[in-house]
Amino acid sequence: MSEVRVLVGTQKGAFILTSDAKRTAWDVHGPLFAGWEIYHMNGSHANPDRLYASQSNGWFGQVIQRSNDGGQTWEAVGNKFAYEGVPGTHQWYDGTQHPWEFKRVWQLQPSLTDPETVYAGVEDAGLFRSIDGGLSWQEEPGLRAAKGHLWQPGAGGMCLHTILFDPSNPQRMFVAISAAGAFRTDDGGETWRPINQGLVSPGELPDKTAEVGHCVHNLALHPSRPGILFMQKHWDVMRSDDAGDSWHEVSGNLPSDFGFPVAVHAHEPNTIYVIPIKSDSEHYPPDGKLRVYRSRSGGDEWEALTNGLPQKDCYVNVLRSALAVDTLDSCGIYFGTTGGQVYASIDSGDSWTPIVRDLPKVLSVEVQSLP
Amino acid sequence: MIRVVLPQHLRTLAQVGQEVDLEAEFVQTISSVLDVLIKEYPMLRGTIVDQVTGQRRPYIRFFACGQDLSLEPMATPLPEAILTGREPFRIVGAMAGG
Repeated sequence: MSEVRVLVGTQKGAFILTSDAKRTAWDVHGPLFAGWEIYHMNGSHANPDRLYASQSNGWFGQVIQRSNDGGQTWEAVGNKFAYEGVPGTHQWYDGTQHPWEFKRVWQLQPSLTDPETVYAGVEDAGLFRSIDGGLSWQEEPGLRAAKGHLWQPGAGGMCLHTILFDPSNPQRMFVAISAAGAFRTDDGGETWRPINQGLVSPGELPDKTAEVGHCVHNLALHPSRPGILFMQKHWDVMRSDDAGDSWHEVSGNLPSDFGFPVAVHAHEPNTIYVIPIKSDSEHYPPDGKLRVYRSRSGGDEWEALTNGLPQKDCYVNVLRSALAVDTLDSCGIYFGTTGGQVYASIDSGDSWTPIVRDLPKVLSVEVQSLP
Repeated sequence: MIRVVLPQHLRTLAQVGQEVDLEAEFVQTISSVLDVLIKEYPMLRGTIVDQVTGQRRPYIRFFACGQDLSLEPMATPLPEAILTGREPFRIVGAMAGG
C-alpha cells in the first residue's frame, strides 16, 4: 500500500502530514523545530527516509537538520556556509553595490541518486553542495561568476530558491534567483550561464530584455522531458522548449500572470499548474477567489480549478515553494497558503480539500510518494 | 560549575531546559564559556557567534550580574559570581518586533 508524506515548512515550525494512498485521512505530526522558520524541507529521492530541513531565524541564524527515519528524529548537521574567495558585491535596490552576505537557506535539493549529496540554494544568492549528508558545505562559485555583480535582491531578498536536476544528464542543472534570473550548468556545476533570452521585464529593469536581473519566481520541469521548462516570472508565465536557451510567454487567458509557484503534473508532461495572484503590490488572489489554473496544453489555454477552494473573501498568498505534486496513479496536487491552509487534490486538481486549515504561514510544501 | 541561561529558541534546538550547567575548569572569559557550551551542545554552533566572521550575532546579547557584556571583547574576564556558579551567564535574544 502506497503512502504519501507531505513536508510542510512554516514560519513557526515544520509539519509532516501523512496518509495512505487514498489520501482522505491525514495524520498531522508537528510542530517540529517549534518557533523557527522552516524555509524548506525535502526528502532524498534515493532514500526517502533521509530528510533535510532548513531551520532559521533572524536572531540565531541558520541550522540544517537531517533525519534518517522519515522525520521521526532529527540531528543538527553542518551550518557553515562560507562563500568561496572574496564574496564581492552585488547590486542593491538603489543600484549601488552591496556586499555579499549569507542570510539563510531557501531550498534544499537532494541528489537524484545519492542521499549524502544535497544542494542548498541560499540568500544572498549562491549554490552550495554537501557530499557528506549536510555535515559540510562547499560553494559552487562558478554560478556567481555569471554576472553576479548585476544581480539584485527582490522583495523577498536575493535568494536562490529553485534547483532542478536534469535526470537524463547528470552534468546539467538549472537554478533560479530573485532577482537575477535563471541559470544553467552543463558541466556539473563548474560553470554557469544565464538563460533568460525572451524574458521581458519592462517594469523592473531599465533594459527590459537584459541578460540578467529578471525576477524569476519559480521553475518546473517534467522528468521525462527535461528540455522543456516552465517558469513563473514576477509577471508572465513562460515556457522554454530548448532547456532555457529561449523563452516564450504562455500566460494566455490567465486572470493575472503574476504569481509565485509553477508545477507539472506527475504523469502528463504537458499539464501544468499556476496560482495567479493579483499583482506585485497586492499579494492575494484576484477577486478574492482562490483559484488554481491548469493548462493541459503546456500553457496558453488555462482553466480555473475552484471546486473546494474559497471563492469569496480569500486574501491569502501561495509562495513559490508551496506547490507540489505526488506520483500516485491519480496525481495528487498540494499547496499551502500564507493563511496556514494546506489543500490537497487527489484528482489532478478537479476538486480540493484542506488537509489542515490553521497552521502558521506556509513557506514550503514538498511531497513524497512512498512505496 | 558555570550556569548558562539560554533563550527559548536555543533551548528548543539543544533540547534542554532554561539553564544548562557547564564544567568551569578552564572558563575565564566570554569566549571560553561559549567554547565549552558549543563543545557540550554542538547543535548550537553558529547560532550565537557567526562561524564565518567570528563575531557575535547582531541580535544576541550577553548579560552577567546585572551588566551588559554584549559589546565587550570576547576575551573579557567573567565576574567571580559567574565563575563560581552563584549567578548565571545569560545569553539573550535581543528584543525586536512588537
